[in-house]
Amino acid sequence: MGKAIGIGAAPLRKEDFRFLTGRGNYVSDLKRPDMSYGVFVRSPHAHALLTGIDASAALAAPGVLAVLTGADVAADDLGGLPCGWGITDKSGEPMKEPAFPLLAQGKVRFVGDMVAFVVAETLEQAHDAAELVAVGYDALPAVVGVLDAVRDGAPLLFDDVPGNLCADWELGDRAATDLAFTRAAHVARLSLVNNRLIGNPMEPRAAVAEYNAGTGHYTLYSTSQFPHVVRFLMSALVLKVPEQKVRVVAPDVGGGFGVKQFHYGEEAVVTWAARKVGQPIKWVADRSEGFVSDRHGRDHVTEAELALDETGRFLGFRVATLANMGGYLSTFGPNIPTNLYAPLLSGVYVMPQIYCNVKVVFTNTVPVDAYRGAGRPEATFLVERMVDVAAAEMGIDRVEIRRRNMIPREAFPYQTPVLLQYDSGDPGGCLDRALVAADVAGFGARKAASARSGKFRGLGFSTYIEACGLAPSRFAGRLGARGGLYESATVRVHPTGQVTVLIGTHNHGQGHETTFAQIVSEKLGVAFEDVDIVFGDTDKVQFGMGTYGSRSLVVGGAALSKASDKVVAKGRKIAAHLLEAGEADIAFEAGVFKVAGTDRGRTFAEIAGAAYVPHNYPLEILEPGLEEQAYYDPVNFTYPGGAHICEVEVDPETGTVTIVGYTGVDDVGTVINPMIVEGQLHGGIVQGIGQALCESAVYDESSGQLLSGSFMDYCMPRADTSPHMSVATHSTLCTHTPMGVKGCGEVGTIGSPAAVINAVVDALSHLGVTHVDMPATSNRIWRVIQNAALPRAAE
Amino acid sequence: MKAFDYHRPAAVGEAAALLATLADSRPLAGGMTLLPTLKLRLAEAPALIDLSRLSEARGIKQDGDALAVGAMTCHADVAASPLAKALIPGLAQLAGSIGDPAVRNRGTIGGSLANNDPSADYPAAVLALGAVIVTSRREIPADDYFVGLFETALEPDEIILAVRLPVPRAAGYAKLRNPASRFPTVGVFVADTSAGVRVAANGFALGVARLPEFESALANHFAPDAVAGIHVDAEAFSSDIHAEAAYKAHLVGVMARRAVSTALELRGPP
Ligand SMILES: Cc1cc2nc3c(=O)[nH]c(=O)nc-3n(C[C@H](O)[C@H](O)[C@H](O)COP(=O)(O)OP(=O)(O)OC[C@H]3O[C@@H](n4cnc5c(N)ncnc54)[C@H](O)[C@@H]3O)c2cc1C
Repeated sequence: MGKAIGIGAAPLRKEDFRFLTGRGNYVSDLKRPDMSYGVFVRSPHAHALLTGIDASAALAAPGVLAVLTGADVAADDLGGLPCGWGITDKSGEPMKEPAFPLLAQGKVRFVGDMVAFVVAETLEQAHDAAELVAVGYDALPAVVGVLDAVRDGAPLLFDDVPGNLCADWELGDRAATDLAFTRAAHVARLSLVNNRLIGNPMEPRAAVAEYNAGTGHYTLYSTSQFPHVVRFLMSALVLKVPEQKVRVVAPDVGGGFGVKQFHYGEEAVVTWAARKVGQPIKWVADRSEGFVSDRHGRDHVTEAELALDETGRFLGFRVATLANMGGYLSTFGPNIPTNLYAPLLSGVYVMPQIYCNVKVVFTNTVPVDAYRGAGRPEATFLVERMVDVAAAEMGIDRVEIRRRNMIPREAFPYQTPVLLQYDSGDPGGCLDRALVAADVAGFGARKAASARSGKFRGLGFSTYIEACGLAPSRFAGRLGARGGLYESATVRVHPTGQVTVLIGTHNHGQGHETTFAQIVSEKLGVAFEDVDIVFGDTDKVQFGMGTYGSRSLVVGGAALSKASDKVVAKGRKIAAHLLEAGEADIAFEAGVFKVAGTDRGRTFAEIAGAAYVPHNYPLEILEPGLEEQAYYDPVNFTYPGGAHICEVEVDPETGTVTIVGYTGVDDVGTVINPMIVEGQLHGGIVQGIGQALCESAVYDESSGQLLSGSFMDYCMPRADTSPHMSVATHSTLCTHTPMGVKGCGEVGTIGSPAAVINAVVDALSHLGVTHVDMPATSNRIWRVIQNAALPRAAE
Repeated sequence: MKAFDYHRPAAVGEAAALLATLADSRPLAGGMTLLPTLKLRLAEAPALIDLSRLSEARGIKQDGDALAVGAMTCHADVAASPLAKALIPGLAQLAGSIGDPAVRNRGTIGGSLANNDPSADYPAAVLALGAVIVTSRREIPADDYFVGLFETALEPDEIILAVRLPVPRAAGYAKLRNPASRFPTVGVFVADTSAGVRVAANGFALGVARLPEFESALANHFAPDAVAGIHVDAEAFSSDIHAEAAYKAHLVGVMARRAVSTALELRGPP
């Protein structure tokens, strides 16, 4: 007999047996009868007019079943890929929203843009035929960087989008912020770049689709983080087919990090083509294809100013950011550098006035969208770098300036000047604990030891907060969301008392099958192994918005908690009937419904049995069965946060940065499974270290070719360069989620880049270095040291 | 990957004959370079001639005052070889630092030398040690073997069978890895040999090359400080997205010093 394993325990992950023994079931594992294979023909040009497509040679090649192009898309009147958020320009006009056609119409706008789809009986035949599709291009000048894209005379991606400007967006009180600057004793300034990243989940994207001509049903198997949203967008807006005739299945998915939370053209094309061809079609991206088609992340250029009084208290923060959208608007694209960025600019501080202007810019690059953290790492990096710059300029200790400006624990709930109301938190408590855990007191001695071996040692702090648990629908709607952001869960109790949960979030590595089972086990008192979590199939799971924005536990877990409570409430009614007691007298504890104060009771399994074999049952007032559903829409974001401290050593001869210590103390609210939380923190921190030290998507400025288009050139963080991390939680409870949870999926990625770069800058501060852009590669650091050394040599 | 014919001859003569008669055919060693290029359709080969059954291309032996390494020996085997560790520890160390474990267990010294990637590790050692490349036709001194970028003295149907590396008095290698590919950005191999001190570096725009100034400085005094002030011209390097030419040129000096330190450590007390 298994036992209940509830909140706070750390059982091993249920899902790992199948993953570790090779029994996972991924999209590319699927085989359907008569399955054919699809290959996309993609643009080799960053910007070009299409002068014609001749598919005749490809169509004549062996095994070829179809070659579909933009003309077929137009003939079938398919919709473009929809954008899920509409932001508003500061002029009051809606953002510019050019169509994002499934297959290029007249023009291609980035290397990787989809031009044609070739379907053949075998994959090799499809590849061979794809090489035979003759596409005429008339190359145009390309623009890849935001600064170049907004320059006068820059090549225009869309005739009706002047200046390549999607929107000139703002948040905050400009006049009040300007006024604060007039009272400043000191103004600190900082220009920085937030480097473009490519998510590279271990499993590349893939889709298998089939059409049942008998029933008119489509089935799409896709590597998606949100199958219900794909079903809605694809059926209602792209393919224009009845939503109830479309099933989207996202089976085991090998990592997402945001890359798989968008509706991609490939999904719709493969589904559409499956009907045209009359056979199931499989498409699996190879890694090179992923680099030029998975949505990229970050890519900001920012100028910021912080006004301080003579004691180092913050008075106002003025930020101007150029954000790269790439060639088209992706599902969440314009939301990321605006609504998920500017509202975080208060950080953990009392920041009386904030004004942020974001120019959202089109360029000839892969569309940019959410990537783990999405907007919040960019904001945190800016705030935490800015604080260090101000501290250095004013000669105030970096910890001291943070303490002086930090929102004290007793000031929560705290309303920032930029929309958000932080419900709970204890930034100072996190910092205090981190200072001890990182042995900051002993840093001086360690630095001296490094210096004796010719190395520069530095210490960096990042005290941060983020908004996650996306999202309160009403609030999001005001900001331009075109969909709801609720979550749903069904708790289906079997006659045996065992439980199946159907939930709208999607597990692709986060351990939901374990965490959610613990919640049910805690709530219903059933054994941990008697709970199975079902997700990722629109024919099984009622509805859901999927997994992103650290929302699964916060929003999905809340729905699950509510549905479990409903099960208990109904069970209590059944128990009252069976035990001939008043409902109010029935207590539910450790899986037994008892008449309070007696030893008369019924187990949860007995109640479940009675619900499905209602021989002795109050049928007049109660339906048989024990299955409950709940939808949950949060009232606010949740605000995890914490303090990260990074210690680095720099080899001045080579410029190589080595992380020698990393400490994180994070407030994620209630911890359901500490082992899983620790894993999320580790993974998130390493991803942030990747951005800080090595990852960077680099485009050739003139040709628009992606130069970092493989792992030979795109540097992922590796185990052997990742530090030992000391992570701990310091939790205050979220005041509005049912279990007090805040979410932990993105915190590591949000807190860490600033901690790392602040440490690198600290290590080089004796040379007069005040800022280093990411990634802090050895060449870049060597160059910084050379440049810093030059004037000294002249002395 | 396009379809290809696969041959696995047991005799060198047969392998050479297949290469000579089958147009555009290629020898296949560990496949770590060749197979990805075929998969990515960057190259096509109608026939691959797998060398794994050629007994002449196997084994690590002492051959007089040299270490002979069969062309099909994988990097992991060189790294673990007691003979290699005893005779040329700097070479064993280099082999153990190539790529990752999967690559070290498939990639071969013959494949690496035939490919002559400007960033590959082995060429620096082979050139600095003054090794001899033994092929199906002849013996080629290292000084004549490396011709340029991915170019060697090999004829299209010529097969590397072994590499004969003279045992040096001391030898060491140091490199800075490109963090993405893990190939060296710049690596320097120094060897104090019976034919004098020889120093070779990889990472040059045109591939591996000797460093005469470093050689004469070390011939005077085999110590890290001896090479400290030597200027390396950035012209010989190309800039890429990971490293600018000036940085690579600078690294040559740093790595040369570190390689000498390693050589002295590996040699142990006199
Ligand atoms: C991920 C990765 C990382 C790597 N990192 C490094 C690194 O850090 N440092 C480094 O030096 N190398 C590195 N390599 C290269 C690797 O170590 C091999 O040396 C290289 O792939 C070639 O060896 P191979 O046996 O795989 O040859 P193959 O791929 O089989 O062949 C390569 C070429 O040589 C020809 N060839 C092979 N053997 C012979 C022969 N005996 N005679 C004539 N021609 C022959 C083939 O026809 C082909 O043209 C890396 C490779 C990969 C995939």
